Amino acid sequence: MSGLTFTMLDTAKMSTAEIYGQALCELGDEHPEIVGLSADLAKSTKIGAFGEKFPDRFFNVGIAEQNMFGMAAGLAKAGLVPYVSTFAIFTAMRGLDQVHTDICYQNLDVKMIATHAGLSFGQAGTTHHCTEDIAIMRSMANLTVVVPADGVETALAVRAAYERKGPVYIRINRGFDQVVYDGPDYGFELGKAVTMREGTDLTIVACGSTVWRAVEAAAMLEKSDGLKVRVLNMHTIKPIDAEAIERAVKETRRIITVEDHSVVGGLGGAVAEVAAGTGKSFSFKRLGVPDCFSIIGLHEDLLAHYGIDENGIAAAVREMMGKDFEADDDWEDEV
Amino acid sequence: MALTTEERRRLEDKAHELRLLSVDTVAWAGSGHVGGSMSAMDIMTILYHKYMRVDPKDPAKPDRDRFILSKGHVGVGYAPLLADLGYFDKELLREYNHTGSPLGMHLDSNKVRGVEASTGSLGHGLAIGLGMALGARLRGEAWKTFVLLGDGECDEGAVWESAMAAAHFKATNLITVVDRNHCMIDGPTEDVMALEPFADKWRAFGFEVIEADGHDFDALASAIERAMAATERPAVIIADTIKGCGIDFIAGDYKWHYGGFDAEKLAKAKESLGLYHESRLAKGAER
Ligand SMILES: Cc1ncc(C[n+]2csc(CCOP(=O)(O)OP(=O)(O)O)c2C)c(N)n1
Repeated sequence: MSGLTFTMLDTAKMSTAEIYGQALCELGDEHPEIVGLSADLAKSTKIGAFGEKFPDRFFNVGIAEQNMFGMAAGLAKAGLVPYVSTFAIFTAMRGLDQVHTDICYQNLDVKMIATHAGLSFGQAGTTHHCTEDIAIMRSMANLTVVVPADGVETALAVRAAYERKGPVYIRINRGFDQVVYDGPDYGFELGKAVTMREGTDLTIVACGSTVWRAVEAAAMLEKSDGLKVRVLNMHTIKPIDAEAIERAVKETRRIITVEDHSVVGGLGGAVAEVAAGTGKSFSFKRLGVPDCFSIIGLHEDLLAHYGIDENGIAAAVREMMGKDFEADDDWEDEV
Repeated sequence: MALTTEERRRLEDKAHELRLLSVDTVAWAGSGHVGGSMSAMDIMTILYHKYMRVDPKDPAKPDRDRFILSKGHVGVGYAPLLADLGYFDKELLREYNHTGSPLGMHLDSNKVRGVEASTGSLGHGLAIGLGMALGARLRGEAWKTFVLLGDGECDEGAVWESAMAAAHFKATNLITVVDRNHCMIDGPTEDVMALEPFADKWRAFGFEVIEADGHDFDALASAIERAMAATERPAVIIADTIKGCGIDFIAGDYKWHYGGFDAEKLAKAKESLGLYHESRLAKGAER
């Protein structure tokens, strides 16, 4: 892909959002119709880098998200391509009516890069955790929903969003992410899951910050238990890679989804919808924040608390491997 | 009624004590919204220590006055005040932001005694406060509702929806205070999104507007008393404040919206707060 130069050398020294800011600056050089918007979070979301580079093409609307998403719709109607950044919670909830009716329904070319998602703003407290956005956003028709695994993938997604016509929601975290990719040449394509590890015993489907953790867990399980666990990076939640899910059902019969999000309606829900349609029997478990408002703490600690870190994932895999799933006479031992 | 000299002194001492506890809390927490905590401290101090009728031993007492910190990010300023009043153990401040602690950047009414609403998403507080005020009126109860807004927060359309409704419903038992510190995250308010003519906006929305120096307890006292006496229109106090008030190396600097203190900065901050307190006392002595 042209112009994309981000590697793990960058992700080691720049937070994921900083990579986003730089990637958007590069893209802005190539495409003069790109404009930026933020709502007093230019610095926090790092879209401010674009604003500094292209002050005439950047609008900081103050603390007014609804106005911002409505303005983005208007700018798109005027032939521009707005990239809009605020926290995930204010994108998926505060501005949702505008996102729904002005942007998604009218199928406008607005790219929403939402930061501080999931539990990554852990210490900010429950009002700033965003564990509902994947469920909300993937229910919007016309919208592409992407949850990149790290900074390199974020840069690729920011560019791919430009090339894809119509609205796009990209969900990233606050701060640094574990490095998943050392460079951009691993075949990123919207709507196509990346197979991180092959395996036939069980498939873990992950997105965002859980991809690195799922890979770690699978490696651990191979060493300690001799298990062959497939790991899919389902970076695009919508449109979802149904084929990869169907293949996983057929070939591994055991599926665990893991996401930094509520277990209601997010990645787990999306995968379940496809898997249930196969008509095959399979074992299935969703890991994520149970149906509750989360506690306060560091991101790492919260992931561990809700069992969506390496150890939690490994434990869930072992538990599932210890149970039968094929229909037989003994219902007691079925999952 | 004007404050007596002793009263003013008591409030100045209390605000100083709370600013010190607040910077300690920032250090324990690792970081926090220190600028907006310092600008709001005198307002919160006078409300809780002079005008509001609350009982920390019985935080759910039906006839208590209500306070809503609509600019919910200044938890590191509000939590010390609540702890000091006895809503919870001061020791808990040392665990601020720690995993599993009830105290995070934004205080939460589900987790923290004395907090009336889980704020943090800006622009919500005035509507909640208006609902409370109308509820009190409907029930024939005398308690009042105080809402503290940030000035940047007033960019939110929701604030003005509530303002329009407060005037429409003549909610004179609702007292709105704006911490007009002239700063938000990305810069001075007038650079990011101009608010001026700010008082005129409130007036046009049907409010009685009272402008006061937000770091002068005499001025705050007369403003609050005027606001509490309003009978025709709801009152808003636009309190002119300084972001980071009392700490010389952050005062007036929007970049200190959020930050942390190492041991050296913490010591400097406390020293500066000490000097600020002394200068205030000296000014008071001249009156
Ligand atoms: C709806 C919403 N949008 C954005 C934010 C992020 N945010 C937190 S504090 C802040 C600036 C607040 O400025 P102001 O109201 O002036 O507060 P103060 O300067 O008194 O701290 C912003 C944008 C938020 N908490 N809520």
